[in-house]
Amino acid sequence: MANIISDETIEYVGILAKLELSDEEKEQAKKDMGSMLDYIDKLGELDTENVEPMSHVFPVHNVFREDVVTNADMRDDILKNAPEEKNGMFMVPRTFE
Amino acid sequence: MAQTKQYETVIGLEVHVELATRTKIFCGCSTAFGGEPNTHTCPVCTGMPGSLPVLNKQVLKYAVAVGLATGCEITRNCKFDRKNYFYPDNPQNYQISQLYLPICRNGKVEIETEDGKKFIGIHEIHMEEDAGKLIHDEWDDCSLVDYNRSGVPLIEIVSEPDMRSSQEVIAYLEKLRMIIQYLGASDCKLQEGSMRADVNLSVREAGTERFGTRTEMKNLNSFKAISRAIAGEAERQIDLLESGEKVIQETRRWDDNKGESYAMRSKEDAQDYRYFPDPDLVPVVVDEAFLEEIRAQQPEFREEKMIRYKQEFELPDYDIDIITASKRMADLFEATVALGSHPKKVSNWLMGETLRLLKEKNMDPEDIRFSPENLSRLIALTDAKAVNNSVAKEVFEVMFERDVDPEAYVEEKGLKTVNDEGALRKTVEEIIAANPQSVADYRSGKQKAMGFLVGQTMKAMKGKADPGMVNQLLKELL
Repeated sequence: MANIISDETIEYVGILAKLELSDEEKEQAKKDMGSMLDYIDKLGELDTENVEPMSHVFPVHNVFREDVVTNADMRDDILKNAPEEKNGMFMVPRTFE
Repeated sequence: MAQTKQYETVIGLEVHVELATRTKIFCGCSTAFGGEPNTHTCPVCTGMPGSLPVLNKQVLKYAVAVGLATGCEITRNCKFDRKNYFYPDNPQNYQISQLYLPICRNGKVEIETEDGKKFIGIHEIHMEEDAGKLIHDEWDDCSLVDYNRSGVPLIEIVSEPDMRSSQEVIAYLEKLRMIIQYLGASDCKLQEGSMRADVNLSVREAGTERFGTRTEMKNLNSFKAISRAIAGEAERQIDLLESGEKVIQETRRWDDNKGESYAMRSKEDAQDYRYFPDPDLVPVVVDEAFLEEIRAQQPEFREEKMIRYKQEFELPDYDIDIITASKRMADLFEATVALGSHPKKVSNWLMGETLRLLKEKNMDPEDIRFSPENLSRLIALTDAKAVNNSVAKEVFEVMFERDVDPEAYVEEKGLKTVNDEGALRKTVEEIIAANPQSVADYRSGKQKAMGFLVGQTMKAMKGKADPGMVNQLLKELL
């Protein structure tokens, strides 16, 4: 494998993704990410001169909505997705910035 | 501390503006303010798996209109990106924004301060979605989230670091606000958060080329708070440099009550947003026909209005300057004049009583409630001398509060000027009889006594007399 993922990188990616990984999982993730980067390197060998960067897989553009209210109050349904609710709001652990 | 060197403050702004659309940027939920929590939400704006965002066309129109009005280049092939971060106000765990291909770039606006005119560069304008609102609940020691604001459309206008003083910053913000209000793209109220400014500020020794280390300041919700925060932060940075310390690149939160800022997060733990193109949204291609459509809809801006007002209404420059500074004022002026009122008289009401009451009640011109029809009726009443000036002002105050019909109000309250000379003469005679001392004073040459007698007569008439007529009668009878 050409790409070696360091312990620090796995640690950092874990923090960003809010994942707690066991030592075995970290080793597995390092291997997986390494081979993914190897594959990306392979794509890098292609000649992409004069090829527009693609940002979407379908040849579709300009899909719009008109500015018209179409949704009625569906709070009761939406709140079913809340871990807990209080006063019509989603109740979550105390969060500060 | 005695300052040994001269410093220059360098400021750039990130301005978020909430667009005046009826619905959110990617779903058909209402953007109306003040709904019960979470009553304007759906699977899209609460980030439910499998939901699909679709761009509101009006958001694109407003963004392009603001871009054209600020001299920007419009990006013909543009797309949306995901900005990834975890926070409960952001239910998708990413904000849909634009990093790689923002809709507008390289614009500028001209500002004017005491130091003269100057251009402020606009680096870019991008479209993005607002987040929900977090409320901290002391009772249960938790946070409560309302997603009514989640997905409300915003544009973020990023300036170049071209400003050097708080005066320039305020002038820039006022200019942006005016352009956007003229476009009807937002009401731009700082207090209510429909316009929010983050200030990027650094200081450097005067004459040096290199920028100093900057900080970003948040939580600024009035022009006064912005001015104070700029002064406070510049001073803090200069003090650091003067005492041989370094400015740390960080985000700071301004506390306007305490008049100081504190660090929110420093660059070391700055977030890594891992932007990537949003695969749920297809690219946006802006073609010439679309641009032409937006161009054709651009309103008459202030500069053009000023020229027209001078020619069409022959108003003094001073009046024109004040009236055109607010789109709401200008609209009200034009609508009232269109109803047949004399331009200068309309202008006097707007610049005098209207501005006085707005200031007194701490309101913006956008909050004006009275209609052009009622203002026009009030002017007609004064023209016909049906009410005197002080009664007209009194009626205007009521009109300002609750847009009453002045004709009906004057009738109802019996405020019409008494033009019946007989009735007035009788009152004047009574006043003369009741105030022998003042009469004697007047006759012995004390002009002041006349004012007193006029006042007494007006009081007896409950203000409903023409003061000129009272004066004349008094002189005649004395």
